[in-house]
Amino acid sequence: MRIGVFHETYASEERLWDSRTQRIWMAVFALALFALPLYGSDYVLAIACIIGIHIVATLGLNITTGSTGQISLSHAAFMGVGCYTVAWLARWGVPFYIALLAAGALTAVIGVLVGLPSLRVKGLYFAIATLAAQFILTFLFREWVPVTGGVGGITIARPTLFGFEISGDRRMFYLIYFCVFLFAIASANLARTYIGRAFVAVRDRDISAEILGVNLLRFKLLAFATGSFYAGVAGGLIGYFYGAITPDYFSFTLSVFYLAAIIVGGMGRVLGSILGAIFMTFVPELLRAIAHTSSEWLPGIANLLLPMGQVVFGLLIIGFLIFEPHGLSQLWSARVRRLFHLWPFKT
Amino acid sequence: MGNVWEFVEFSLLGLLSGGVLALIGLSFVLVYKGTRAVNFAVGEIMMFGAYMYYAAHVTLKLPPLFAFAVALGLVTLLSILIERAVLRPLAGQPVISVLMATIGLASVLHGFVEAVWGGDTLEVPPLVPRMPLRFAEVVIPGAALGNFAIAAALITGFLLFFHYSRTGIALRATASDPVTASTMGINVRYAQRLTWILAGAVGTMAGVLIGASGGLSPLLASTALSVFAVIILGGMDSVLGVIVASLLIGWLESVVVGYFGGKVRDVLPYLVVLAILVVKPYGLFGSRDIERL
Amino acid sequence: MDMAVASPIVAHVPPAPQVTTAVPRTPGLSLAVEKVDLAFGGIKALRGVSFSAAAGQITAVIGPNGAGKTSVFNTISGFYRPAAGRILLGGDDVTAMPVHARAGKGLARTFQNIALFRGLSVLENIKLGGHHLMKAGVLSAMAYSRAARREELALREEVERRVIDFLEIDHIRHRSVDVLPYGLQKRVELARALAMRPRVLMLDEPVAGMNREETEDMARFILDVQEEWGVTVLLVEHDMGMVMDISSHVVVLNFGEVIASGTPDEVRKHPEVVRAYLGDES
Repeated sequence: MRIGVFHETYASEERLWDSRTQRIWMAVFALALFALPLYGSDYVLAIACIIGIHIVATLGLNITTGSTGQISLSHAAFMGVGCYTVAWLARWGVPFYIALLAAGALTAVIGVLVGLPSLRVKGLYFAIATLAAQFILTFLFREWVPVTGGVGGITIARPTLFGFEISGDRRMFYLIYFCVFLFAIASANLARTYIGRAFVAVRDRDISAEILGVNLLRFKLLAFATGSFYAGVAGGLIGYFYGAITPDYFSFTLSVFYLAAIIVGGMGRVLGSILGAIFMTFVPELLRAIAHTSSEWLPGIANLLLPMGQVVFGLLIIGFLIFEPHGLSQLWSARVRRLFHLWPFKT
Repeated sequence: MGNVWEFVEFSLLGLLSGGVLALIGLSFVLVYKGTRAVNFAVGEIMMFGAYMYYAAHVTLKLPPLFAFAVALGLVTLLSILIERAVLRPLAGQPVISVLMATIGLASVLHGFVEAVWGGDTLEVPPLVPRMPLRFAEVVIPGAALGNFAIAAALITGFLLFFHYSRTGIALRATASDPVTASTMGINVRYAQRLTWILAGAVGTMAGVLIGASGGLSPLLASTALSVFAVIILGGMDSVLGVIVASLLIGWLESVVVGYFGGKVRDVLPYLVVLAILVVKPYGLFGSRDIERL
Repeated sequence: MDMAVASPIVAHVPPAPQVTTAVPRTPGLSLAVEKVDLAFGGIKALRGVSFSAAAGQITAVIGPNGAGKTSVFNTISGFYRPAAGRILLGGDDVTAMPVHARAGKGLARTFQNIALFRGLSVLENIKLGGHHLMKAGVLSAMAYSRAARREELALREEVERRVIDFLEIDHIRHRSVDVLPYGLQKRVELARALAMRPRVLMLDEPVAGMNREETEDMARFILDVQEEWGVTVLLVEHDMGMVMDISSHVVVLNFGEVIASGTPDEVRKHPEVVRAYLGDES
């Protein structure tokens, strides 16, 4: 039971994990995660890798849309930009850490370009602009064959570290989760500085924020640049993970997937991104499992996977917006955590 | 100089298809003006209506008018469901919540249609005579003319309804000031629900017209993306703007596709959208929301 | 250090500061509005409005509803561009200055309809007032570098000592703003404006909807701000008792024009003002 946490300095209160219990649990969790590739099955590893990539992408969207309120329907296309960038750089032998950074940077630039209309228009108009960006970018992925390999797709060489090839899920796991930790902590840090607060102010009341001194131009574009950077890196990781990619991976449905992830998880919160990504990863897996088990007496059900996914994503978005708008992270911090803190008391 | 006639043909086709586009735009504007809700799913509702018509007419072999009535009925049910189960609970929340809810709704409808009917194009028996109109070197398919005529008639009918009938006036009152409208004895809830129903009906008509002339597939919803260009150009709350913008965009699309080929069709609405947002973000006729400080 | 009973909810504030922050003296600036015209389409909201608020004094702007008081505030904030006229802050012409830059010049305000940010706690809302003082870059912030950390803690220190203690809201600092009662929300808004290190503080109906006790508290705070901090206060208010009690200068608007200005006593007896509020006897 956590009976009151005493802070003697503001500094200790502002820490990311402000109680000893929290720090111990984080250490245990980190250790378990580190050991996962050693004892986990292949399937678990593969899912864990995908979850990790989804977490990075969701963290990014949570900055652009969750914290700052700029609805971005082009997140999947941004991942595509990162992926193709990494594919090209890998072809020229650029080491993965530089390639990922470059992918993030290029995607950030494109993100800023797409975000420019946000300075003049809001709400639906802006969402439509990002929708336009999504479809124009995927059009380019399909048609600009010399660069992207067109509909046939492109292969990505495996990343290497000092001559040691990072192939196979077990090794990719470490690379991916290294990124997850880095980006999650970066997001949490942003939230406890003036930049994170400014983002939320822009989302809640941008005119009042401006009068308080927030440069809307700078912060809206910054939100886009940062979120897109995350998307670019996530796209690069997807490329390294799969080894090959086709343009239809970065579809509008994937953008909706990430939107559902931030709504289900909790907008503007790091824990929300993590929970949302985990939850949303299991949705298609669950559907696949259902399709598999019922394929004996419902043949052709495999064709329904994609549309069923669309239906479920949409229902999740609507359902969570109505019933739990702050997402799973709210359920966690307000209900579950409170239970642990106060046990054996109930309130 | 044969190019002139080519241009005329493309232009006419474009203007005619713009008429149907205006119906879809009207559907959106109705909802926005009437309930302040931004309906991202306008194309998907239209598509849903078209598929309901298909189910009634082709699958159940009901005669066209009857099938149309059935489709309208089902879309009405859908509209009521949306208004009750999705929009009403979200009433107090910020605008982006409603927008995201309608994005979710679009996804649900799209997935549902594709799950039930698949992704292939379905044949729908034509509603309007197929005989083409020929003059000089221009050929205009009868379907295009017929669709435009029907769309124009419907839009005119709606405008008259809104301006002169009691219900229409009540709807407009609710749209501009729900609080005052309710003090005047107008049942605001019913009015808003009726607005959604009408919007769904209008969308269904557009969907049926398009499907009956070009075949029905889930891609029908992408026609709606042209509608976003229309909305942006014409303004979210201006019926006149939407009509003018539809004709313009219909014309533009037809001419560009005519000269540059079919592939451009996919991307064109988006390029138009971006161009408009850069030049005239609130469209030709739309009004900028004045936020009270 | 003698720790008697430590509350588990409130962070215990140590007696000695760990981070010495020398908060610069920011005496109030004068504010002048010169011949400002403002129109919305065909409606003339402000016509040739001129008045000034002396540095370090409390000036009130009053007038019937729709007289243009909030329009004046919004023009001074830079939200509306005047069709004619100038806004002078401490003698500098700021009419063309972008909205967000005015905070850096020392212009702070509260809003008629509370404009707190619902996604942030009370403390975070107040810290946002210090936004224009923060300099850390985004990479520095993401890494929570020493510079970023130092900046944040200095802000926290300043906000706690100067503002939260001053306005007596330490017990709610971690609460979410949307569950606060109205009076406290208004106080948090004032706190946020104070965190901006204001030199001119504009208060738009600070005691609207408050009962007698809350109004007296707020009046006391406003007086303290003006006296102890030396800030220039510009006040829009309907509560005549409060206005007459605490202001040294009053400006009266009606239909977008200044119809009277002077000391509270002068204005109270001015025939135009009486007519504006009570209407013609005939």
